[in-house]
Amino acid sequence: MISSIATYLNRQTSAAPLAVFRMFFGIMMCYGMIRFAYHGWIDTLYIQPKFHFSYFGFEWVKPLGNYTYLLFIICGLSSLMVAAGYKYRLAIITFFLSFTYIELMDKTTYLNHYYFISLLSFVMIFLPANAHFSIDNIKRGTSYENIPNWTIDAVKLLLGIVYFYAGLAKINSDWLFRAMPLKIWLPSKYDLPLIGNSLMHQDWFHFAMSWCGMLYDLAIPFLLLYKRTRLFAFVMVLFFHIFTRVLFPIGMFPFIMIVSTLIFFDSGLHKNIINAIKKVLGSITAKVGIHYKAYYTYKFRKPVIMLFTLFFTWQLLFPFRYVLYPGELFWTEEGFRFSWRVMLMEKMGIATFKIVDGETGDYFYVENSDFLTDFQEKQMSFQPDFILEYAHYLGNHFKGQGHQNIQVYVESFVALNGRLSQPYIDDKVDLYQQKESLKSKDWILPFNDEIKGL
Amino acid sequence: MFTLRKVFWSVFVICCMVACSSSDDNPGGGNNGDGYNRGALLINMADNIIIPAFQDLDAKLEALKSSKNTFIAAPNQVNLGEVRTAWLEAYKVWQYVEMFNIGKAEAITYAFQMNVYPTSTQDIEANVASGSYDLEHPNNNDAVGFPALDYMLFGVDVDDAAILTKYADAKYATYLSDLVDQMKSLTSIVLSDWNTTYRDEFVNSTDNTATSALNKFTNDYVFYFEKGLRANKIGIPAGNFSATPLPEKVEGLYSDVYSKTLSLEALKAAEQLFQGEAYLTNAKGESFKTYLEFLKREDLVSTLNTRFVEADAKLQVLNDSFYDQVNTDNTKMTQAYDALQKIVVLLKVDMLQAFNISVDYVDADGD
Repeated sequence: MISSIATYLNRQTSAAPLAVFRMFFGIMMCYGMIRFAYHGWIDTLYIQPKFHFSYFGFEWVKPLGNYTYLLFIICGLSSLMVAAGYKYRLAIITFFLSFTYIELMDKTTYLNHYYFISLLSFVMIFLPANAHFSIDNIKRGTSYENIPNWTIDAVKLLLGIVYFYAGLAKINSDWLFRAMPLKIWLPSKYDLPLIGNSLMHQDWFHFAMSWCGMLYDLAIPFLLLYKRTRLFAFVMVLFFHIFTRVLFPIGMFPFIMIVSTLIFFDSGLHKNIINAIKKVLGSITAKVGIHYKAYYTYKFRKPVIMLFTLFFTWQLLFPFRYVLYPGELFWTEEGFRFSWRVMLMEKMGIATFKIVDGETGDYFYVENSDFLTDFQEKQMSFQPDFILEYAHYLGNHFKGQGHQNIQVYVESFVALNGRLSQPYIDDKVDLYQQKESLKSKDWILPFNDEIKGL
Repeated sequence: MFTLRKVFWSVFVICCMVACSSSDDNPGGGNNGDGYNRGALLINMADNIIIPAFQDLDAKLEALKSSKNTFIAAPNQVNLGEVRTAWLEAYKVWQYVEMFNIGKAEAITYAFQMNVYPTSTQDIEANVASGSYDLEHPNNNDAVGFPALDYMLFGVDVDDAAILTKYADAKYATYLSDLVDQMKSLTSIVLSDWNTTYRDEFVNSTDNTATSALNKFTNDYVFYFEKGLRANKIGIPAGNFSATPLPEKVEGLYSDVYSKTLSLEALKAAEQLFQGEAYLTNAKGESFKTYLEFLKREDLVSTLNTRFVEADAKLQVLNDSFYDQVNTDNTKMTQAYDALQKIVVLLKVDMLQAFNISVDYVDADGD
């Protein structure tokens, strides 16, 4: 057992796949930053709002006013440096920190694929992604042909977890037996050419898409691992992600996943890609003398292996933390984020906050648009941790205005996956007295239905 | 690996078959034919509800204009009564069109020039005194439209005799006249746009995009119900959004006794639109209700029907004068508010979720 682990850890493989992965990753991230800025989202999501929703424990991470733009520039530049393999270690650490900081600024914008990118860039800090075909090679005059096999496997494992866990999350009665939320989403794509009015409203199509989506997510990591199914799997990846891109506003995610899955292919493909790039850059690279070494040697091999063992164990367990909370996961969302639960719910709510003077009983309702952007209000209205944080913000705001004996109550209704809306938060509980913690929130009213599944 | 591929496709095919056969178990659903005809919904809205309501409003404003002319020529008690009646008739019809803030109405900020209340008596008096004003200017939104007429016809002085004396002053007569003419002219602009070009544009814009007529119309309806009806007519005067009740913010403050009538009309208008009932004739056609039924959300339809009836009952028990109601027994006002809020929840959360229409504000990626 121990010897086979040792053998595995000593196995070497071509450095080309990781180098190509590094380049594509950097370029896509840079494009992602430019796209974000181009749509004006830095302003609308991080500068305009008066108030930002923070992650528990990260309340100190806030947008930096106009310096937020600088943050995005730093993030974009570091991703270009990653792509070029220029001062790689510094670049990827900068990218990881700046990107993660951006994501932590306001949880309204939480997306699983942003979390994925944060994790991936964290892993990449410890990978020799600049060992081959990088500017660092030219600077040092050394390039490595081979790197430890496990470094590439680490990326594959992370991708595999994302897919497989997304598949596991789909094994639930709403997804499989009610075809929810696809039954709501697909018919609304009626204006698509060809399939819009022929398939999108068909019952069988909703079910077929649900089941195939689940099977796809569960199977694709394995189909990509085996050489004989790899090409077929990649065609599936292409089809699936392009199709979902057409159907849903999911931005860059499909392209990131398509490009990332290239890492599963043999080094032959990657060498061809590198050669093609070399041809384009031919005149520049040819002049430089580089000493080619066969094997890359890790400086901190043992600590990195230890770290990865812990990291991946954590990754495997963390998505299951929801079992520690009572109540329906989709309803309470306790343990919902950071668990690869992607596109599982159509959830909408309305939350009306009531500021009460505890002594006189006088009260008034809050106009949410006075404090939140429409997007923040939408996200707040069905997520308990948002509701609590906002309640405290309101309480502090009105205290600052000189109101006395402040109590904050919320009258809220939430509709989940096409069920009739029902009361969400106990409107008898003064949220101003409740504290955010990792403990279960007993002021969330129970869900009137049952969703079976993982 | 040929076998693995085979296994995969077999599972795929089996899934499809299972899915198909299970859908066959529900022969009652309207899902088996073509998709829902959203164009028919918009045609019913435009041809049987929106345009007839605008036509009626235009006619009522024409009547108001003529009785106003009679009144200005001879400001006596009888003629004052005639203008007031014509004003009320037009104001009631207005409740059927305020929610259509789309097309030309949106472009010329029609609703802001027709029904912003409370009206500013200061601005009105200043305009009257100066004799020079641009009624279309946003600063004058609270000095024009039905609420301004409410003041001019009922509140410009202490009693009818004093009001009639006011109109001996040409400046008041002119302002009254300009207000009515402006309302009529704006309404004609909106109506003629519907009659010439906008109707076709409207009924053909059925895409699911943030800017399509279908989505805007739906969002506008929900927005109107929440703000124009629930908040403005009931919630704000009842003090739901302020430390104390604000009875002077009721609709029809100066005429005093019509706020309930106007609110009941507004609720009726909103319900008829939901049900797809034609204006005046009440013939039924495609609507949000039938769309929900197509999506098999009979549960939502029946809940909404119940809530509409309940809200109507809560409004019925109110005093004709909301000003008096707030001052004597505000609890009934807040109960009416709560009943309307229940409808807001169903429209804003459940109905919009069922339609899954692209909302016009979320400008970012999802996952």
